[in-house]
Amino acid sequence: MRQRIIAALGITVLAATGLTACGDETDAGGGTAGGDKLVVGIKYDQPGLGLKEGSNYTGMDVDVAKYVAKELGYEEGNVEFKESPSAQRESLLGNGQVKMIFATYSITDTRKEKVSFAGPYLVAGQDLLVKADNGDITGPEALNGKKLCSVTGSTSAQKVKDQFAKTVQLQEYDTYSKCVEALSSGAIDAVTTDNTILAGFAAQSANEGKFKVVGKTFSTERYGVGLKKGDTETCTKVNDALKKMVDSGEWQKAFDKNLGTAGLKLDPATNPPKTFDACA
Amino acid sequence: MDVISEFFSEYDGLGAFKTTIYLTLLSALLALLIGTVVAVMRVSPVRVLRSMGSAYVNIVRNTPLTLVIVFCNLGLFLQLGIQLADPNSPTSIDDNNFRLAVLGLSVYHAAFVAEAIRSGVNTVPLGQAEAARAIGLPFLKTLRYVVLPQAFRGAVAPLGNVLIALTKNSTVASVIGVTEASAVMKVMMENRPDVIFVVFGIFALGFVILTLPVGILFTSLSKRLAVKR
Repeated sequence: MRQRIIAALGITVLAATGLTACGDETDAGGGTAGGDKLVVGIKYDQPGLGLKEGSNYTGMDVDVAKYVAKELGYEEGNVEFKESPSAQRESLLGNGQVKMIFATYSITDTRKEKVSFAGPYLVAGQDLLVKADNGDITGPEALNGKKLCSVTGSTSAQKVKDQFAKTVQLQEYDTYSKCVEALSSGAIDAVTTDNTILAGFAAQSANEGKFKVVGKTFSTERYGVGLKKGDTETCTKVNDALKKMVDSGEWQKAFDKNLGTAGLKLDPATNPPKTFDACA
Repeated sequence: MDVISEFFSEYDGLGAFKTTIYLTLLSALLALLIGTVVAVMRVSPVRVLRSMGSAYVNIVRNTPLTLVIVFCNLGLFLQLGIQLADPNSPTSIDDNNFRLAVLGLSVYHAAFVAEAIRSGVNTVPLGQAEAARAIGLPFLKTLRYVVLPQAFRGAVAPLGNVLIALTKNSTVASVIGVTEASAVMKVMMENRPDVIFVVFGIFALGFVILTLPVGILFTSLSKRLAVKR
């Protein structure tokens, strides 16, 4: 009996090490030699930016990531996408599970302490989504006494309350799609987050014609490419690739395809981005 | 460790844990009420009531809590328009979400409370109920004066488990926007990714402080209150 227990334990341990070995195989990879895999972190739930539909990935983040990967010498079949929820982005990069992250990842100083950024590849801004026939919400100041929705853990709704409309009521859900659902039922008056994300939801076929983005941004969100802290080599390469993408017109094409249909207008002074942050 | 002072000053971490405590206590009371009724139904001599009781327990216990809570908001509130707070008050969203969360948590945990109490009923020897019937007490009075008082004393330990689970499960309320502890934790993690483990540690410690004394209390109560046989 005892022998059996020991054998069972041994098998368990072997199985566990086998699993970690598999984990190593899908490691983010370093070189650009053929056959190497590049693991890229994206969001799976943001239409127009990073969306997983079946086994297909669509969106602006995905297209930029594919272009950059190609410029870095990876074949399309060797690019693997992995979900990177907001709270896990720093640790996914830190322990090497993903090589780079394209996931509406705004460049901020506190984040720079943990990760390095290439880019920005898009400059968005916080905006409001309202029902298409709504005429009285023209900007964040008009939200006093209204009901505003955002996701738990995001600071965008709190910012509206602190800076623009003191008597706004905040509803928080775990996903934006629940906010959009509540907006369509009339329980809340507006949804707030980056204009790119809002435009993506407004352009979904199920929501077509129901909502509009107000179009008055009140913050600047510079979407960067998240990299492991201190990876200046990759950072420089990514910046070169991004520059090429913008210069060749591919950036504009990707934008028109993914977000242009939503009628999203980005600040032309900063988009497409022509200068990139120095790699440090 | 400026993140610890931020926890108190900027993010109102104490207020968040206060919400967690309110959620837990209110839901626990309501769950105890519903759960007792369901447990009585499950041991009653009427077959319809018995099957209703077991249907409730089996359906609710096997539904994920997140689903129950989200249904309270998206289903009851958004689709069916059931408001638990005055829609014109300046805090209607917060009040409504809090009450919907209490409703969802208590309906869910009532199933576990019912099973805990039923296990307590099973600790009462059959002879007790037979003796009660022999002196002419009807079913409800048998329960009220003989079986349930002993059953609750036998069910203290499993009820304590349910209360601890409820304390931790109250974090699910954040999916419909109740600003309890885990919601504030998500905000802090978003803003301070550089100290993510410290943030996590603070909240884990908070929950240990809430649940550990409950566990100790219920263990000692269960020993003290157990019916010596």
